[in-house]
Amino acid sequence: MNAIQTVNLTKRFKDKTAVDSLNITIEQGELFALLGVNGAGKTTTIKMLTCLSKPTSGDATLLGASIISKPHAVKEKINVSPQETAVARNLSVRENLQLIAEVYGFDRKAARSKVEEMLRTFSLTEVSGDKAKILSGGMQRRLSIAMALISNPQILFLDEPTLGLDVIARRELWTVIAKLKGKITIILTTHYMEEAEALSDRIGIMANGRLKAVGKAAGLMAETKTTTLEEVFVLLATNEEGAR
Amino acid sequence: MRLLAFAARNRKEILRDPLNLAFGIGFPLAVLLLLSAIQANIPVDIFAIDKLVPGIAVFGLSFVSLFSGMLIAKDRSNSFLMRLFTTPLSASDYIMGYTLPLIPMAILQIAVSFVAAFFLGLPITANVLLSIIVLIPTALLFIGIGLLAGSVFNDKQVSGICGALLTNLSAWLSGTWFDLNLIGGWFKEIAYALPFAHAVDAGRAAIFGDYAAILPHLWWVCGYAVVIIVIAIFAFRQKMNGDIA
Repeated sequence: MNAIQTVNLTKRFKDKTAVDSLNITIEQGELFALLGVNGAGKTTTIKMLTCLSKPTSGDATLLGASIISKPHAVKEKINVSPQETAVARNLSVRENLQLIAEVYGFDRKAARSKVEEMLRTFSLTEVSGDKAKILSGGMQRRLSIAMALISNPQILFLDEPTLGLDVIARRELWTVIAKLKGKITIILTTHYMEEAEALSDRIGIMANGRLKAVGKAAGLMAETKTTTLEEVFVLLATNEEGAR
Repeated sequence: MRLLAFAARNRKEILRDPLNLAFGIGFPLAVLLLLSAIQANIPVDIFAIDKLVPGIAVFGLSFVSLFSGMLIAKDRSNSFLMRLFTTPLSASDYIMGYTLPLIPMAILQIAVSFVAAFFLGLPITANVLLSIIVLIPTALLFIGIGLLAGSVFNDKQVSGICGALLTNLSAWLSGTWFDLNLIGGWFKEIAYALPFAHAVDAGRAAIFGDYAAILPHLWWVCGYAVVIIVIAIFAFRQKMNGDIA
């Protein structure tokens, strides 16, 4: 069974088509990077796949469950680290993790055990008693991803996880994400080409709501006769801009 | 379990904000002390402690709307609610989760006003307990207003609407600061078309043991509370099922 399969997934806002007949298949355990300029349709796609936004037409199944007819079943299988750091500011690091574990149905004892595991995995033990609002941007982002993983999701959505982080914090997060590869399916949206290239198994490039290309970084470069992923991206995004 | 976890989080968020405690309990108490001091020097019938304390309790409850409205609006603005909307929590879990922690807080807030009033000369009678019970629908009304405001407006708008407009409306149109009969006319009609004056009159009727006068006022408050809560639930569900910006 595929982790994600979309069939003509479309989202329109009045006269603007944010996502236009998206057809994509992502295998279980794959780390799939979705690239695109601002407004390309990446975040709208993620919102539809995570049941935050209903498609105008088309459908998507996540591990066999439709986002339209079985959103609750989808929500049981996924977790999300949103673009903005979404943490409860007045709760401690430990309390944030405990909250999400319990919201996903862990009993208190099992939740505590998962919290300890996440604190260790994400090197958050030292700050476990600190309120989320006093953490640095990098630490908040790390907490946000730990919150996304504490429910043992089968599919994890990381929406621009390293946006606004310094180089060191970004590299630290790359290490964390790289360790997850193969264990769960990850959909990563990012503006950073080197991030997509370093982390992903396959890359999809969106422009103007459409999926322009899908493949491995090397394959995309060969197809477009370019030498870097950035050149691939600029070529496809610029062509699309010109075609508008 | 899921609902309780979410409710516990909301309780902590509210109680850990020192401004909430300052405005929710400190400010109404300060007003109670100030008006009682005025009453001690220049006796005014309406500032007698048994007439004043239900009005102060209703005034204090208006801050509950601010707490709940701000919490929901902030959750919406910083993506925290968006994250929660991707979890298996149901719409009723959210609504109950935001509402449940505020009920004991509101009752505690009413009780604090009455306990302070005991020190200012309010006789300790069973009618005080009845007055506290009579004010519980008013607490639900203000919780509903907060849920509605937080679902519809952003945190700055909630701050203005609940923090300034609602607190002033519930103060000036409640008959706490002055006798509405003295002004009369359209002002009194507007005041009694809204629930705040009825809430204060119901609380006063309970304290004075005028039991027959409680229900006619309480129905107004209950009616408003039901309508506002239903609209709030509808508005929240609309936000939840709509496209999250």
